[in-house]
Amino acid sequence: MEFVFLIFLPIVAALFIPLLFNRMKRIHTGWFVLAVPLILFLYYVTYIPTTMKGGHAISELRWIPSMGISFVSYIDGLSLLFSLLITGIGSLVVLYSIFYLDKNKEKLGNFYVYLLLFMSAMLGVVQSDNVISLYLFWELTSISSFLLIGYWYTRDRSRFGALKSMMITVFGGLMMLGGFVLLGIMGDTYSIRELIASAPSFVGHDYFTLALVLLLLGAFTKSAQFPFYIWLPDAMEAPTPVSAYLHSATMVKAGLYLVARFTPIFAFSEVWVWLVTGIGLLTLFWGSFFAVKQTDLKAILAFSTVSQLGLIMSLLGAGAITFHSDDAVFKFAMFAAIFHLINHATFKGSLFMIAGIVDHETGTRDIRKLGGLMSIMPVSFTVAFIGSMSMAGLPPFNGFLSKEMFLQSMLAIRQFELFQFDTWSILFPVIAWIASVFTFVYSFYFVFRTFAGKRKEGRLPQEPHEAPVGMLISPVILGVLVVGIFFIPNLVAKWLIKPAVAAIQPNLYSQPADIDIHVAAWHGFDSPELWLTVGVIVIGALLYATLSKWQKVYGLQPAKFSLNALYDGLMSFSEKGMNRISRFYMTGLIRTYMIYIFTFLSIAVLVVLFTQDAFVVDMNSFSHIGVYSAINAVILILAVGFVLLSKTRLAAIISLGAAGYSVALFFVIFKAPDLALTQLVIETVSVALFLLAFKHLPALKDHGETVKTKMTNGIVALGVGITVTLIALSAHSQKLIPSIAQFYKDTVKTEAGGGNIVNVILVDYRGFDTLFEIAVLSIAGIGVLGMIKLRLARKGNSNENK
Amino acid sequence: MELLMAILIGILFTAAVYLILSRSLLKIILGTGLLSHGAHLLILTMGGLGGSSPPVLDKGASNFADPLPQALILTAIVISFGVTAFMLVLAYRTYGEHKTDNMNLMRGNDEHD
Repeated sequence: MEFVFLIFLPIVAALFIPLLFNRMKRIHTGWFVLAVPLILFLYYVTYIPTTMKGGHAISELRWIPSMGISFVSYIDGLSLLFSLLITGIGSLVVLYSIFYLDKNKEKLGNFYVYLLLFMSAMLGVVQSDNVISLYLFWELTSISSFLLIGYWYTRDRSRFGALKSMMITVFGGLMMLGGFVLLGIMGDTYSIRELIASAPSFVGHDYFTLALVLLLLGAFTKSAQFPFYIWLPDAMEAPTPVSAYLHSATMVKAGLYLVARFTPIFAFSEVWVWLVTGIGLLTLFWGSFFAVKQTDLKAILAFSTVSQLGLIMSLLGAGAITFHSDDAVFKFAMFAAIFHLINHATFKGSLFMIAGIVDHETGTRDIRKLGGLMSIMPVSFTVAFIGSMSMAGLPPFNGFLSKEMFLQSMLAIRQFELFQFDTWSILFPVIAWIASVFTFVYSFYFVFRTFAGKRKEGRLPQEPHEAPVGMLISPVILGVLVVGIFFIPNLVAKWLIKPAVAAIQPNLYSQPADIDIHVAAWHGFDSPELWLTVGVIVIGALLYATLSKWQKVYGLQPAKFSLNALYDGLMSFSEKGMNRISRFYMTGLIRTYMIYIFTFLSIAVLVVLFTQDAFVVDMNSFSHIGVYSAINAVILILAVGFVLLSKTRLAAIISLGAAGYSVALFFVIFKAPDLALTQLVIETVSVALFLLAFKHLPALKDHGETVKTKMTNGIVALGVGITVTLIALSAHSQKLIPSIAQFYKDTVKTEAGGGNIVNVILVDYRGFDTLFEIAVLSIAGIGVLGMIKLRLARKGNSNENK
Repeated sequence: MELLMAILIGILFTAAVYLILSRSLLKIILGTGLLSHGAHLLILTMGGLGGSSPPVLDKGASNFADPLPQALILTAIVISFGVTAFMLVLAYRTYGEHKTDNMNLMRGNDEHD
């Protein structure tokens, strides 16, 4: 079966959603949607045996074969893991949204179309083997995310958040496209598998580091890494199912997927190891530190997501070290990354759903108004407790296992000696440990400020009560998974993690069974990770207990110096700056624009003329000056002078006529009888026209031109004049090829049967010119007629500008 | 001769550009008129001013002037006439509608900013 088509199944289903929404008013549209991710999930489960053996499955749909672009669905351990996450959590989120969104009040047709669009896009991202189609799906996730964040489009904050996330992720997406194109140039293929195969030859290539940085920009913007995380907290304006799905479990992990997928290509570079590990760790610390500051439940979770994504990112970076060192201590990192990725998807999804439930049942997400909900919402509390404790990294929840492995990996980095790691590596476990403490604090902050303590009577908009059963199903399932994974980690490792790790580290393992990592909850008293965890708990508990005393620290950071202020400043600066620039040079006056054009023209031509040594004057090529032409030249110059100096329009028109007749005389002197004739007639008619319109024409005035503007005009005009003269001289002095005139002279009689060569050229050799010149004259005539006869002017003019 | 013509053409272009940059609509049209004269003479000069007889087959004549630039100029004259006539009427109508020929007053209205 060509399973590549399954990627498009959600999009196809989305086509029918508006119909179902409009026709089947009585059934919540979500029930129809639910089938799609469920079917896909069950289908992808059937691939687990294949990937467990280290195998993979490929299905290709050719798109633009001539350019090597196709949709390739490539399922190995890594993409299968992500596909299962997408469809599995997708099903739960759809189920949750059925109870969360009201079928009468909400525009469900829109919601599910966007959601299914997103699902397709996400499946496409993780399964694509072709970088171009990967980019296509990548941008589709940005667009559908934009639509989902702006779902309640009547709210300002929603629109702002949607725009912000769009700007940042599309910026990263475009950078990533650049990286892909460079990769395509280096490897001469767009297929990721083939790129990986030829990866070692890229090292040292001119584009290698550039492609690496560009690709990481894409990954960092999508996965909300420092300093691009700022869109994620604003994206919390989306409906909660969207936050749970996109902004915790799937889309933000697309960047992680990208890093993991391209690790076999770029891990050879130290820049990669440093950037991914360093930025990841910085993000981890930053996110966990600022999560404690937030007062909105979803904002806490958003910063926590940022922080946890940083954690996974740093593990991916540490995992890349295995490409440089065979030391067994580094092997844990990649495993831990994938493990935590799964764990994070489970507990963060459930926490978001709980935040949504709290919002739904109490009417607020403000942690300052909440409290004491434990006894009223026992099920929600239990799930929130499980999720938070897992997030904090406590046993018996899955977060504990991955947090232990994380600390273990960070400790292991100290032993890495390449790339100046020996100098700085002590920072890695220290920062990781401090971040873990803050993680502990905000996890407690989140769950206990909401559910424990005293109830604040009267401060809640609604009377709180437990959520309906349907809404609780999804978070409970995720909560059970959180606990379940703690007890069967090695089964999960065998099914999902090891195949994924084997796909990321093909240099280490030829098949998943080779990975000899056994997850154990208990490492014995002598393991340093255990004591680090104990330290986290002790210090974290102390910090949480004294939270009200030191939370003031956050007030010290002035709002002006935040990254959000930087983003806002950048946006308004570019808008205002561009406005100012265009107002500066676009004056609306024709004269200004003409000056730009003429100045540019003369400068550009003169520069080229002299820098290319094209200026040559060959005195020998000139013919001698005849008496008549000299006299005629004087007449022409005088006429031109009169045109310039005349004070009345009549004098100007007559002078222009004189110039025209003098040109006609030149035509006579230079043996061009037809030209002379035409010029005489045309000049006469022109002057007649001017005189005809004379009565209606304005008097010649200079409209208060100052000496200064006249001087400017004069300089520009002189520049153009000199340019033309110099060009004419040097063009004449170096004729590179002879004229084709001889052909006309030879054949005019034999081929065309005429004697007047100019006329024969006009109507025979080059008759097309004449045809369209006639057309020009006719159009001008019709235009003149139209302008004189047609008077529509004022009608509807007032509406035009509204 | 070509040197003289090149200078003459330069003078024509200078005068034309100077007029085009002025604020009066009529002067701009005068300027375009001079500009086309300059361009026509330029084409003629570039074709070479040699040739002792007009390009018409005649007994005994053999040293013709180059016919091709002449054909090109003939076309150009007619076209520039058409354009000049059109612009003249345009100026006349503009003056009639707006009661001014000051180019400084003719800029997009504020709502277009």
